[in-house]
Amino acid sequence: MFEFLLRMGDNTLVLGHRVSEWCGHSPVLEEDIALANIALDLIGQTRMWLGLAGEVEGQGRDADALAFRRDAWDFRNLLIVERPNRDYGHTLMRQFLFDLWHHERLADLCLSDDDRVAGIAAKCVKEADYHLERSKDLIIRLGDGTPESHARMQDALEAIWPYTGEMFENDALDQAMFEAGISPLPGSQKPRFDAALEDTLAKATLKRPENGFARKGGRKGVHSEDLGHLLASMQFLPRAYPDARW
Amino acid sequence: MVEAAQIWQWLSEVPDPEIPVLSLVDLGVIRAVEVMDGMVRIKVTPTYSGCPATTFINLDIEAKLRSKGIEKLQIEPQIAPPWSTDWIKPEAHEKLREYGIAPPRPGQPYCPRCGAADTELLSQFGSTPCKSHYRCTACLEPFDAFKCL
Ligand SMILES: [Zn+2]
Repeated sequence: MFEFLLRMGDNTLVLGHRVSEWCGHSPVLEEDIALANIALDLIGQTRMWLGLAGEVEGQGRDADALAFRRDAWDFRNLLIVERPNRDYGHTLMRQFLFDLWHHERLADLCLSDDDRVAGIAAKCVKEADYHLERSKDLIIRLGDGTPESHARMQDALEAIWPYTGEMFENDALDQAMFEAGISPLPGSQKPRFDAALEDTLAKATLKRPENGFARKGGRKGVHSEDLGHLLASMQFLPRAYPDARW
Repeated sequence: MVEAAQIWQWLSEVPDPEIPVLSLVDLGVIRAVEVMDGMVRIKVTPTYSGCPATTFINLDIEAKLRSKGIEKLQIEPQIAPPWSTDWIKPEAHEKLREYGIAPPRPGQPYCPRCGAADTELLSQFGSTPCKSHYRCTACLEPFDAFKCL
């Protein structure tokens, strides 16, 4: 259960941090505000997941301790969320693919037999709903935009695509969570994800990559070097000044 | 001994930190007030998960009740059921409009200045997580609208 909650909370923590890196650098003011708000939502969701994880673990670690005092190999996030921002097209494509998966995942978890999990999911799904609405809209506008924006979005899709395979992997932990009535199997989301994806890509005039190769490992703690860099900047302050308070 | 009704009354005097024309009670974030053996227990629900005002809301509740002489106080977060804009009190909608913010309604918001229904979305996110940015195509004024959640 602890590990399952880390998988949920680490996704939103790492992506929330990545998105916040745009703060003050976005191409236009409205986008800057939007990304900052999305980052805030994701970090807020993290507090609930990691807060519950700390409670379940029972070792006295709270959400902050879990966020700031763990090393890369203890993180259980999907590799997609640690991908660097690169250009705005990559950032938006990563967000869209994540939102599409995240929204379905949360909708499934609303039906969890565990009231705490269902409660957090019901809170988060409302936010995931407008995150998805926004990223879908932007993918369509930019994909079906100028030749330049189209090419960049297709390029971003090709680059991030291999990181979607891991989302639908069912491992022993997923099986245990499924049998305990806590969570449906992630793999069961795949047909819904594919259908929604096809719909948006068609409107965006983008082509789904043929490549079936999937990069995996994040959910088991095997990460890319990028996560280490991200954690170094995210964790620096509380680690350098352990008693720092706002 | 203090009664729950009195606590509700005091909380209705505590303004929301970001939209001060609304009280915490107007906003619908106070989910329960219990008084037992001199202990006041208040359940507060967050509006948006990432809303930075959540911490300040708890501080403001505490400051208000301490100033009224409440000593034993417990403020607990309540996540489920999730907060909804439907919990904003109907009388608060008028206060929002007067303040220049379009109250939440499904579909396009009406212009809080001239009342026109012809409005266009400028940005899904406004000055705070709970608002979107719109423009009235009748009077051309930009305005914030409460997002439906
Ligand atoms: Zn108007």
